[in-house]
Amino acid sequence: MNASREHLLWMYETMMLIRRYEETMAQVYLEGKLPPAIQRGLAFDIGSGPVPGEMHLAAGQEPVAVGVCAHLRKDDTVVGTHRPHHFAIAKGVDLKAMTAEIFGKETGLGHGKGGHMHLFDPEHKFSCSGIVGASLPPACGAALAAKKRGRDQVAVAFFGEGAANQGAFHEALNLAALWRLPVLFVCEDNKYAISVEKSESTAVPWNADRAAAYGIPGVLVDHNDALAVYEAAGAAIARARRGEGPSLLEVRTDRYFGHFQGDPEVYRPKGEVEELRRHDPIPALAAHLRRENLLDEAAEQEIEQRVAARVREAFEFARTSPYPKPEDALRHVFH
Amino acid sequence: MSTARKLTMAAAIAEAIGQEMERDPDVFVMGEDVGKYGGIFGATGGLYARFGKERVMDTPISETGFIGAAIGAAAEGMRPIAELMFVDFFGVCMDMIYNHMAKNIYMSGGRVRLPVVLMTAIGGGYNDAAQHSQCLYATFAHLPGLKVVVPSNAYDAKGLMIQAIREDNPVLFMYHKGIMGLPWMAYYEGSTTEVPEAPYTLPFGEAKVVREGRDVTIVTLSQMVHKAVLAAEELAGKGIEAEVIDLRTLVPLDRQAVLRSVRKTGRLLVADEDYLSFGLSGEIAALVAENLDTIALKAPVRRLAVPDVPIPYSRPLEQFVIPQVEDIVGAAVQMMSAKAAAGARP
Ligand SMILES: Cc1ncc(C[n+]2csc(CCOP(=O)(O)OP(=O)(O)O)c2C)c(N)n1
Ligand SMILES: [Mg+2]
Repeated sequence: MNASREHLLWMYETMMLIRRYEETMAQVYLEGKLPPAIQRGLAFDIGSGPVPGEMHLAAGQEPVAVGVCAHLRKDDTVVGTHRPHHFAIAKGVDLKAMTAEIFGKETGLGHGKGGHMHLFDPEHKFSCSGIVGASLPPACGAALAAKKRGRDQVAVAFFGEGAANQGAFHEALNLAALWRLPVLFVCEDNKYAISVEKSESTAVPWNADRAAAYGIPGVLVDHNDALAVYEAAGAAIARARRGEGPSLLEVRTDRYFGHFQGDPEVYRPKGEVEELRRHDPIPALAAHLRRENLLDEAAEQEIEQRVAARVREAFEFARTSPYPKPEDALRHVFH
Repeated sequence: MSTARKLTMAAAIAEAIGQEMERDPDVFVMGEDVGKYGGIFGATGGLYARFGKERVMDTPISETGFIGAAIGAAAEGMRPIAELMFVDFFGVCMDMIYNHMAKNIYMSGGRVRLPVVLMTAIGGGYNDAAQHSQCLYATFAHLPGLKVVVPSNAYDAKGLMIQAIREDNPVLFMYHKGIMGLPWMAYYEGSTTEVPEAPYTLPFGEAKVVREGRDVTIVTLSQMVHKAVLAAEELAGKGIEAEVIDLRTLVPLDRQAVLRSVRKTGRLLVADEDYLSFGLSGEIAALVAENLDTIALKAPVRRLAVPDVPIPYSRPLEQFVIPQVEDIVGAAVQMMSAKAAAGARP
């Protein structure tokens, strides 16, 4: 499937946006978390600063999000993971409301209740969770609803290679295959589940091969490339929309930051990240676009400026938004 | 030569496990990131380098699988220690814990032994939101068949961990992240204590009077012990002498320690980081209610706990739902001027 000009440029700009967002977040996250602002003796304090709590960033993994979401409509469902920003951005979640949520502000997606791992945007049909493996069954449910109502919507569950060893993965694949659900399961293989390498946790080399156990297509994209993901996801999503059932897509991708910010990364060989960054998928797509005469220097600069402005605005909005009132903690348990 | 050696709670737990591994080849550890990483909260720090990957096993993210395997290995007479990284993840493996680990001894009429320790991180206070901040000890203490240990400091943690490993029963060992003494999370420094190097055990079911006082009994555990002690110091400045009781284990529960203290003070305040309803604070209150024939309450019982909402992310919201030092102070002060109904006096 050849990507249209529009899709190509959208993927490029969205990858740029994600990267800029994650790099900005990495900076902002450190505010207030380092000595001497924190308890004496600590090197870092996870609970301090304007963005407290765990922070899992997805720089390097942009191709997975954009290559899949390029094929999705607003009324398709995406369920993400504990590392959710790239998926949310690619699905069209409002950047300001998302950032405000991550700052714990009243104007955030969940009025500050959820935070970075728990972003809910029913308008753009996006959700995610901090529980590893939890994305797959609810995506089956969204697909089931579409099927029962005779609509051509699809659902996508993203998850890490580490999550593929959860029971939920296997149960969901079987359900989806059994009920021929319009769902796509997308495994982001970034080699690690925190410190544990895939080769130390998984009995088979490729999770895509596990699809065979449930009689569904399993496709491996073995390099971190937006066009390759785009092509594979396009076929699987079209298939799902035609009512021909689920697929499993596995993408080998790269995590540039630690598992979470502050991760000492003792498990990572020295120089690994530098090596990975040499295969950065964003300049690779830019080069492709230039070869196709879809991008020149002026256009590239324009995109960069646009992206920078959007990120700046989002963080500005988040910073200047008010916190919820403490008593608001008691609201929203039920409707 | 006795050197006053201080350890963080994380280091004390790791030391306890290491000493038992040295003593008994049947002891081994399983869990996510317990190997090279040393446990996300440091509870297995240094063990991988000492004992290797056969005895300090990094597992796949398959909690039902490896916790179930710990049960099976324990039934064979080994002494596994499994780590569930955050207690919040119990949802994906609760069947193994609740229906098997907790029940197999009983259902076998006592014929099965299950010397297994399940250790897990609890607690909030650092804005990790609803799926990474719960305590849930009452959930586990509610179901018969699990011993539940919730230490508040390094000394207790070491002795209780060694006791847990030597038990022939399943033990849930719950450490609060905010007292582990991690270099990346603010913590209450009172949790880092002197810890003897030689192995020792502490018996389960013995609460500790952390601070004596005549006016009000504060029953608490885990990180909240430290908040209660700070509150007690503040209260002392107001002329109110609080007695702070650290339960240390919920199953077994040292009921006598609670009753003894409340008989003396006539006032019970439970300070708890778990959910309010159907939980620990209700249990302690019920215990006192059942003994009103021998206790003269001077004020109604007060409970501080998370007010039946999931833990919110945003800082002002989380601070509001988790009881803080000033909440304990405020409650105790109010209790001093409150009155129990006359009929309640014996
Ligand atoms: C049920 C459950 N178990 C464990 C964890 C702790 N945890 C959070 S992320 C993570 C690693 C996930 O690895 P992977 O699925 O490959 O995703 P990645 O972090 O690489 O994006 C673990 C073990 C969790 N959040 N939920
Ligand atoms: Mg991974």
